[in-house]
Amino acid sequence: MRAGAKLGFFLLFAPLVLWLGLLIVIPHIDMFLVSIRERIGVAEYQTSLANYLTFFTEPLYLVTFLRTAMMSILATALTLVIGFPVSFYIAKIAKGRLQSALFLLTLVPFYVSELVRTFGWMILLRETGLFSTLLQWLGLADQPVEMLYNDVAMMVGLVYTSMLFMVVPLITTMESLDDSVIEAGYDLGGSGFSVMREIIIPHAMPGIVSGSIIVFMLSLGNYLTPTMLGGKDSLWFTELIYSQFIVRFNWELGAAFGFMLLFLSSLIVWGTLKLTGQTLEKTMG
Amino acid sequence: MKTIHRRTALLLSAASIATLGFATAASAETLRLLTWGGYAPENVIALFEQETGHKVEVTLSNNEEMIAKLRATGGGGFDLAQPSQDRIAGPQAEFGIYKPIDLSKIDAGQFIGSMLEATKANTTVGGEVFGVPHVWGTSGLVVDTAKAPGVKDYTDLCNAEMAGKVSYRLKRPTLIGFAYAMGLDPFAAYGDEAAYKAIIDQVEAKLVECKPGVKTYWSGGDELLNLMRSGEAVAAMAWDTGGWKLNADNPDITFVAPASGALGWIDTFVLPAKGKADQAAYDWINFVMQPEVAAMITEVAGNFTASKGADEFVSAELKARYQASFPPEAVDNIKWYPPVPAGLEVLEGAALDRVKAAN
Repeated sequence: MRAGAKLGFFLLFAPLVLWLGLLIVIPHIDMFLVSIRERIGVAEYQTSLANYLTFFTEPLYLVTFLRTAMMSILATALTLVIGFPVSFYIAKIAKGRLQSALFLLTLVPFYVSELVRTFGWMILLRETGLFSTLLQWLGLADQPVEMLYNDVAMMVGLVYTSMLFMVVPLITTMESLDDSVIEAGYDLGGSGFSVMREIIIPHAMPGIVSGSIIVFMLSLGNYLTPTMLGGKDSLWFTELIYSQFIVRFNWELGAAFGFMLLFLSSLIVWGTLKLTGQTLEKTMG
Repeated sequence: MKTIHRRTALLLSAASIATLGFATAASAETLRLLTWGGYAPENVIALFEQETGHKVEVTLSNNEEMIAKLRATGGGGFDLAQPSQDRIAGPQAEFGIYKPIDLSKIDAGQFIGSMLEATKANTTVGGEVFGVPHVWGTSGLVVDTAKAPGVKDYTDLCNAEMAGKVSYRLKRPTLIGFAYAMGLDPFAAYGDEAAYKAIIDQVEAKLVECKPGVKTYWSGGDELLNLMRSGEAVAAMAWDTGGWKLNADNPDITFVAPASGALGWIDTFVLPAKGKADQAAYDWINFVMQPEVAAMITEVAGNFTASKGADEFVSAELKARYQASFPPEAVDNIKWYPPVPAGLEVLEGAALDRVKAAN
């Protein structure tokens, strides 16, 4: 019996260990080894921290990282602001079939690939696109309007792409809130605002935190949306990593950038959790 | 007697069919081809498979991705690749991802002699040849001649009246093209890193100055075609075939060889270091270099090949477009890419990143 339980434990544990070991730990060790190599001549390398030094001494790279991080934080905040009322409506106000239907509707855009969704935005926003034509037809613009290739277009794309990952955790946490608790809040003389602040938001906090972490990481690591919608001004950190690896054959610098992204984004998440007094344990329930 | 004779004949033919079958089974290989869009059209593949019994699996890519893919596997995963001739010697010296070509297995008579020799010279590393030419073409300007008649050279893309209507790539051809248009000679400075850096710095300053007028930096061929077709951009840096493709839809748009010279590239055949089907690779090279087959590829890819005599089989329409874009003096003015010394890409990359980040 004991031996059986042990075997069961190992069998259950094995996929996790294999997954983490083969797909995450080993590649990262290899990446780290690449990142501490410096090219000193044709096919000649030596161990040094030169690549990390480049990240800090060339202002371009640091600025790009900061820009990417700020934009991702903004995208997360916007997603939360838009996603919260939507989730509240679906979880608490809509009932029965309407609730399921609305929930399904938030999922539908994710049935198609990210590329198609992003291309959809390009069709809408471009100079000869739908919005531009509509504005001209309504007489609100007298010439084609270019709405693509700027930060706003990029932000729209990022928020749209990550909406689902905010809405789903929010709905799940809010559904677990008993309606009678909200009623009690009103019975005790609370206003709509104070009920929201004292009861609903604290209860939804784990959902808010986990949703925000996912959206932030997704935005930070997004490659397609910034490149396609941002156009000439869209310098995104993942784009830098891609071009170091693929275009410049400079794997060493690319690997160092990858590690800086991992390290700095973890730092940002950790810092935000500390700042807001949340912990990962509480989020996990 | 008669029946016995018949039976032997049957047996014999059965035996010969069997040996034939075995023979093809033994030599039939799967050719994993890493190439550009249009270089391996389906009709050519079907003919090849029918004739040789080999199977062909095509993966589409571009220069940088080809090298990155081969580097990731140490030259494995593919049996034949087609990078440009200037991008072979550097990566080979650095990463050793190719194997030498056995020239005795290639029918040199099918190639345009000068192009074969030039490619062999440019792809020689350590006394061994690593590439033979296949498709060649140029990059220059694609212009809507009705809306932007003034665009004659790369630097004209920066003119004030063109603001918001031009597009180009942020890649090395842009740096090289602008350098020539500014009266510099980047190819001559390839061997001297400091001189090359000085040239790139000047080009970087110019590109930063031009940036406000650029609609967007295009990254894929389709993106550029869309920009030009919709009229959102009226002049762009692009490949000749892009211009000719647009010319078929809209006669105003065509490829213009810039005054400072179009940039000429040759895409080659190379054998990846760990390729497993060398015989199929050689068969493919010799097959597609036949003039009739090469012309079929030209019809799809739009570019001409290094196959001798293939021009005769190409449609008159394509030839007319080529001649309109390339009067004889423009052909003489083509700047062919010399091999890129290892390490220059890092310089160029940093400059391009700074242009992209500039406001």
